[in-house]
Amino acid sequence: MNASAWNMLLEGAWVTLWISGVSIALGVVAGLLVALVRLAKIPIIDQLLVLYISLARATPLVTLTLFIFLSAPNFGIQLDRSVAGILALTINTTAFNAEIWRSAFGNFSREQREAAMAMGMTPWVMFRRIMFPQLTITSLPGLVNEMSFLIKGSPAIAVIGIVDLTRVTNRISAVTYEPLPPILVACVLYMAIIGCLVWLQRVAERRANRLAE
Amino acid sequence: MSNWEILWLERAQFIDGFISTLEIFGLSISVAFVIGCGMLYMLEGAKPRLEVPLRIFVDSMRMLPFLILVYLLYYGLPSFGIRLNAWWAGVGALAVYHGCYFAEIFRGVRQTFSPGQVEAARACGFNTGKMFLRLILPQIIMRARPLIGNQLIYALKDTAFLVIITVRELTAAANSLSGTYFIPTEAFVVVIGCYWLVSMSMELIIKQCGRFSAKRGFDNV
Repeated sequence: MNASAWNMLLEGAWVTLWISGVSIALGVVAGLLVALVRLAKIPIIDQLLVLYISLARATPLVTLTLFIFLSAPNFGIQLDRSVAGILALTINTTAFNAEIWRSAFGNFSREQREAAMAMGMTPWVMFRRIMFPQLTITSLPGLVNEMSFLIKGSPAIAVIGIVDLTRVTNRISAVTYEPLPPILVACVLYMAIIGCLVWLQRVAERRANRLAE
Repeated sequence: MSNWEILWLERAQFIDGFISTLEIFGLSISVAFVIGCGMLYMLEGAKPRLEVPLRIFVDSMRMLPFLILVYLLYYGLPSFGIRLNAWWAGVGALAVYHGCYFAEIFRGVRQTFSPGQVEAARACGFNTGKMFLRLILPQIIMRARPLIGNQLIYALKDTAFLVIITVRELTAAANSLSGTYFIPTEAFVVVIGCYWLVSMSMELIIKQCGRFSAKRGFDNV
């Protein structure tokens, strides 16, 4: 492999990282919103969200990406490739994140909530000052785990022609006729990215445990 | 002719794709299960020399995306003179990848067992193989059942990746139909429905297993 192959691999890694990063950021926030709306138990919306979560968890990412990219023009929307990829990853990860947030809400101590009410906090102030900081820490291990699943699923966006870290190995081997070296380098890069997340998860878990004591 | 009628006329493609997906899924998940049990047995069999390489192998599999393993088998292996066709590369990758996940799940459950059981079994004259088959494995499977169910759904979702290496399965059927007739929305709605149906029925089966294991007293150990 020569210098240009290395460059292409690093560019592929960058594409994987920024698309996953944007989807993770959107997915965590959207997951929180979905969990909050489900907590409010609004009749029809609640059932719709349950259906969405169930469908999004069962749909393969490749299928979802193809679906979004190919059928968006039917609805009169022109989607850029990377926007379609981000959308698919976000829709998928939001469903999982919503469940993680919701279980954290479910386990939140009732005493604290009652104490906050008794101190005269409005629901919004209580959520912002009391619940949200603690919920973030308790659900962080689950969220980071979901992030590493998202990165492991991110090669799905290659199916609509985004050149990510997996797809770029095809491009390189089309020139060099040696597919193995770029694939192995891509493996190492993925391991580095996901290894970082696993390490982050351990740190998060340690902090969460300390808080739970 | 409406779009749905076109889909109905082309139903053979969907059915073929669906059966092919189920074949890939069924075969690879069975092999993966055996691989997982085998790895667990090797860890159980008290061979300390095997433990470290196995752990490294399992952990590195867990840090890789599924598709890159498929690429390794499909594009990488021919460098060593082993040429797999797309179907076998896909099934092999699914089996190895999810086998490692199964091994990790089983290992996690195994750690919660009390050592007394194993000692009692040894005192009764069980050798390692018999003890593993009669005592440890059934308990592990019954206790790990929610995790196994999750893993089955992940495996089903991973079969869709194989469309990238040109395996003819369910997503490929939808893709080719939407390319031929320009009806992507309807084609993919049908396919997503199929995936949903399969994972729903798997969840039901896992729930039924829960009833079985409660009846046989696996939860009381």
